[in-house]
Amino acid sequence: MAGKRSDHRGVKGWLYLLPALLFLGVFMVYPLFDVFVYSFEEGYHSASQTYFGTGWYNYSYVLHDPYFLQAVKNTLLLVAITVPLSTGIALLISLGLHSITPLKNLFQTIYFLPYVTNTLAVGLVFMVLFKKTAYSEGLINLLITWLGGSSVDFIDGPYWAKMFVLCFYTIWVVLPFKILILTSALASVNQEYYNAAKVDGTSRLRTFMRITLPMISPMIFYLIITGFIGAFKAYSDVVALFGVNLNGAGMNTIVGYVYDMLYGDSGGYPSYASAAAILLFVIVLTITCINLLISKKKIHYS
Amino acid sequence: MENRIDYGKMEKRTEGRKKIVSAITYLLLTLWAVVVLFPFYWMVLTSFKSYGAYNSEYIPKFYTLSPTLQNYADAFTAVSLGQYLINTVIFTVITTAAMLIVITLAAFAFARLEFRGKNIVFVLFLSLMMIPNELVIITNFVTITDLNMRNTFQGLILPSITSVFYIYLLKENFEQIPDSLYYAAKVDGTSDLKYLLKVMLPISKPTLITITILKVIECWNSYVWPRLITDDERYYLVSNGIQEIRENGFGRENIPAMMAAVVVISIPLMILFLIFRRKVMAGVARGGTKG
Repeated sequence: MAGKRSDHRGVKGWLYLLPALLFLGVFMVYPLFDVFVYSFEEGYHSASQTYFGTGWYNYSYVLHDPYFLQAVKNTLLLVAITVPLSTGIALLISLGLHSITPLKNLFQTIYFLPYVTNTLAVGLVFMVLFKKTAYSEGLINLLITWLGGSSVDFIDGPYWAKMFVLCFYTIWVVLPFKILILTSALASVNQEYYNAAKVDGTSRLRTFMRITLPMISPMIFYLIITGFIGAFKAYSDVVALFGVNLNGAGMNTIVGYVYDMLYGDSGGYPSYASAAAILLFVIVLTITCINLLISKKKIHYS
Repeated sequence: MENRIDYGKMEKRTEGRKKIVSAITYLLLTLWAVVVLFPFYWMVLTSFKSYGAYNSEYIPKFYTLSPTLQNYADAFTAVSLGQYLINTVIFTVITTAAMLIVITLAAFAFARLEFRGKNIVFVLFLSLMMIPNELVIITNFVTITDLNMRNTFQGLILPSITSVFYIYLLKENFEQIPDSLYYAAKVDGTSDLKYLLKVMLPISKPTLITITILKVIECWNSYVWPRLITDDERYYLVSNGIQEIRENGFGRENIPAMMAAVVVISIPLMILFLIFRRKVMAGVARGGTKG
């Protein structure tokens, strides 16, 4: 009787799980193995659905493709610039927010707005602000000339200008999340530590270095890890600024390269796309592991 | 005596410094608020400028004296913005509803039911959280294409119905409900499903709302998958719609009409955010990513 009962319930558990298992199986587990299979099938094309052999050719092709190397360069620059900058700015803003009382809620609400916007749509606004056309210099260039500089086309102009606007937009988009996490981390630091520091007459800077920073370091570290992962996957904000033809603009990212290989005018090569996606995964995994190793030494976990 | 005066001076000095620091803080915070708000101001402003007025401004003006609604009319007539909006609403509602059903059942199984292999399956589930979307999207694209589901709602919706992370979030929430409630219900002869619907779901309402809001934001803004799976304009969601408008609609230079479309696309989530401000921010702090 007891045995029968538990048997019956065992089936029930699997039954409740079934929909989730089905969807995950078809759209996550199977593709996960399949992407490795694709990456080793040489000469595969979607149209013919045939391949000549197996081996490392796809990886070698991708690694020698100038478009891929350009994409890697763009992505690395974007990561190296935006991750430290956005984390630093978010920390400054959160400290500012933490120190005030009136208007705090208003500021928090405003700062969060970019999170709920459509990246593609608002990217168009940034494009309009930064673009220089035959009719108009554009608003940002107007400001630059007012300040005595010379105008530059940020959307179709020199590489550094395009990289600047991309980094600026990326930081604008990712800050809400970081500010939110850091302000709640700051709010959760036990007030007694600060009171003790005050009694001892500790200076502001020292209080920050010795109390605040160690207490919120796990959250800063969490933001750095997710920041790295997010920045390595940059794609839709780049499309928003520079349009679909990213290779033409010289602004492609690794993820953009994967999609271009898969679909569109340059598409139809899932094998190259798979090899590039796996390379991206390896890069991100390596950097995350390095981050974790560093954190073990540096981070204070209470 | 002298000592006391000294303290008074010191206090005044620190008070003064505090005021300066606070003033600078407010100044910098306001500066960033302007940076955040300005693009929104500019898109709304531009959307009310007439085409002629906009293009005759070599130096862009920060205001307009003759606002027009013509751009909004154009956005709905010259391009299929209305169609994109309807598509996005259909996609968002069905995806979110289907996901809620699937994750509720799975979370219930993990939190409440006993079955053989439960722990192993749960660990496998958790390890799936580390898989980036970019790795699986290639095969999914091929799968959906082979099933002839390109340019259909099924093709758009099916791959985004499950989320391991939300199953995990909901399971944690379910587990906080005391066991005694379950056994009491069992004694009364309540079935598992009825217990889930009548007891667990109402208690977990805050978490379910959080998950719903996060999923709605995700659906409304999704771009990559819809772009891969639709090339027929009748199935475009708003993100692809705006890209299409940028590349082909209105003629390239009609920026005011584009901005009107951008405003229309942005407004629904803005309203959702302003209504559920606390919920959205608490939810994102718990389970959001972006950056």
